[in-house]
Amino acid sequence: MNVIINGKNEEIIRETSLLDFLTSKKIHPDKVVVELNTTIIEKHILADTIIQENDRIEILRFVGGG
Amino acid sequence: MDDLLEIGDKKLESRLFTGTGKYGSDALIPEIIKESGAQVITVALRRMNPDSEEDNILDYIPKTIQLLPNTSGARNSNEAVRIARLARAAGCGNWIKIEVISDNKYLLPDGYETIRATEILVKEGFVVLPYISPDLMVARALVNAGAAAVMPLGAPIGSNRGLKTRELIRILIDEIDLPIIVDAGIGKPSQACEAMEMGAAACLVNTAIASAENPVLMGKAFGRAVKAGREAYLAGPGSTSSHAVASSPLTGFLNGNESQEEN
Amino acid sequence: MSFYDTFLRIQKLDLGKRFAAASTEDVNRVLQKSSIDENDFLTLLSPAAESFLEEMAQKAHHLTIRQFGKTILLYTPMYLSNFCTNRCLYCGFNISNRISRKQLTLDEVEAEAKAIASTGLKHILILTGDARKIASIDYLKDCIRILSRFFSSISIEIYALETLEYAELIDAGIDALTLYQETYNQNLYKKLHIKGPKTDYRFRLDAPERACIAGIRSVNIGALLGLDDWRMEAFFTGLHAEYLQRFFPEVEVSISLPRMRPHAGDFQPENIVSDKNLVQIMMASRLFMPRAGITISTRENEVFRNNILRLGVTKMSAGSSTKVGGHTISENDTGQFDICDHRTVAEMKELIISQGYQPIFKDWQPIL
Repeated sequence: MNVIINGKNEEIIRETSLLDFLTSKKIHPDKVVVELNTTIIEKHILADTIIQENDRIEILRFVGGG
Repeated sequence: MDDLLEIGDKKLESRLFTGTGKYGSDALIPEIIKESGAQVITVALRRMNPDSEEDNILDYIPKTIQLLPNTSGARNSNEAVRIARLARAAGCGNWIKIEVISDNKYLLPDGYETIRATEILVKEGFVVLPYISPDLMVARALVNAGAAAVMPLGAPIGSNRGLKTRELIRILIDEIDLPIIVDAGIGKPSQACEAMEMGAAACLVNTAIASAENPVLMGKAFGRAVKAGREAYLAGPGSTSSHAVASSPLTGFLNGNESQEEN
Repeated sequence: MSFYDTFLRIQKLDLGKRFAAASTEDVNRVLQKSSIDENDFLTLLSPAAESFLEEMAQKAHHLTIRQFGKTILLYTPMYLSNFCTNRCLYCGFNISNRISRKQLTLDEVEAEAKAIASTGLKHILILTGDARKIASIDYLKDCIRILSRFFSSISIEIYALETLEYAELIDAGIDALTLYQETYNQNLYKKLHIKGPKTDYRFRLDAPERACIAGIRSVNIGALLGLDDWRMEAFFTGLHAEYLQRFFPEVEVSISLPRMRPHAGDFQPENIVSDKNLVQIMMASRLFMPRAGITISTRENEVFRNNILRLGVTKMSAGSSTKVGGHTISENDTGQFDICDHRTVAEMKELIISQGYQPIFKDWQPIL
């Protein structure tokens, strides 16, 4: 199904949890913050949050800045 | 000698804050933290690229250092609030530097939007450090909103031009009852020293260190400069040589017949 | 929140000791600074600063010109009523002084206003004794209504009011308040104010603040110099002014430096305030509060007023009388205190111009 990750369309299989998704991309959940349809998803519920069709997901992390 | 800077619930020994932006290599960051003595470091929040293996900046920052995420990228208070909440959810504390910039030419901050974001975020329990032009009215509004400090710019971001706004910063130091942290524009350690001598609580220096030929050495120099300036401020400068006295005396009449006897 | 909190904090310090401890080195250091704090102000009021008067004067003179220009605002007091229920030992209107009591009728107010307005003055200060039932809020409102037709700025110097009462008078047309604490020394205050509403030290102390809360545009405070140690009074006055400026940045704060004058009654001031002392107070206050107005009234004599004009003063009274209806009614009544400078408005105008300054008749005009 189609979802939007960081503004780009992607195809993922159904019944994927956010945690599964991060793991599949080798992204450590402790190093990022995830927003699902503009709601921040706390780390402890990433495993229980199942991605739906056309969800907009933002994955953000800290970078250098002043 | 207890001259700790209290912000939120932290008591800081070092009054040099530094940033993580503009480095040729992020590997320099831990060295700079060590040599400069900085205990507070700014970071920004950006989208991750899921398809590439990127180092995480947090790997370069010791766990004992206080992270100060900024809301860079925000063009209005809503965006700033959103970024702040994301930063907190990323799990690195509740400090936030509000940076709301919708001016891409000079990167000057928007005072109104900054005040609005501060009001919202203070209520949500953040320790808010807003970045502003040194405007006394804006600073007063930030005090009322519950900001933990005020961060006036010395000169536009990245300009390294020094304390162009020193008179206005001086007014903030005199009038505002919060730590005044000079942020942006400091290009040389002597300028950081000057800010501290004036009574600033701390300085945030990023570009001047990152863009130096030897950033680690420059970081060390800034650490010392901030310390020197602070000690000079605490020592209380003595009197300089006497100034010239104008030609016609104004109080000569007091040496003549005093009319106070009539009273 | 009240200035009283600051007052209590300062009270705990041994001011006498601090004044004595200030050194010439301290004074030198303070004179180099561009902005001075509370401790510096104390240094400038200390005995050590007495030998620096010329330097202080030069600094104060130039600072005043930068902040205010070469201008002096002229105004005059208008006594509306001398009925009084207070017994204040130092005052000519004291209830136990047998003087003829009078309150102007509205017609007389108008006549007095016309007479004063004909001299060109636009700023008026109206005064009454403390007699709420006679010189009542309603009476004052009626007077203000009349005076608004002749003057563009009306200031009051009357008994201390509640916040809402200030708001009422502001609504009626006043824009400024003058109120002297007389003495900041609480014990002395008690001894000098024997009877009447003015015995309430706190109520009076907090009054300027209440007026600020009510929305007054301009506030003028001071102590009656000569009652207590002048260094203390000047220090407290300066701190009071600084407090008001800090918490009410939109209000124009001024200080007055009234020196005790002969008056009907037996009271003699404990402390002599010499010309040198008064000049020192003025200089120190100017340097501590660069933006505060400084008023010197006709309590002072001609020579003195001529000489201090360029030392930081921003307002002076002219053509004054401290008698009720003194600008029109020429009965042999008793004034509140003896005037020392009897010059007319025209003469004061000449004086100011001769010193290279501009006399200002109008600095404010309400349009709402």
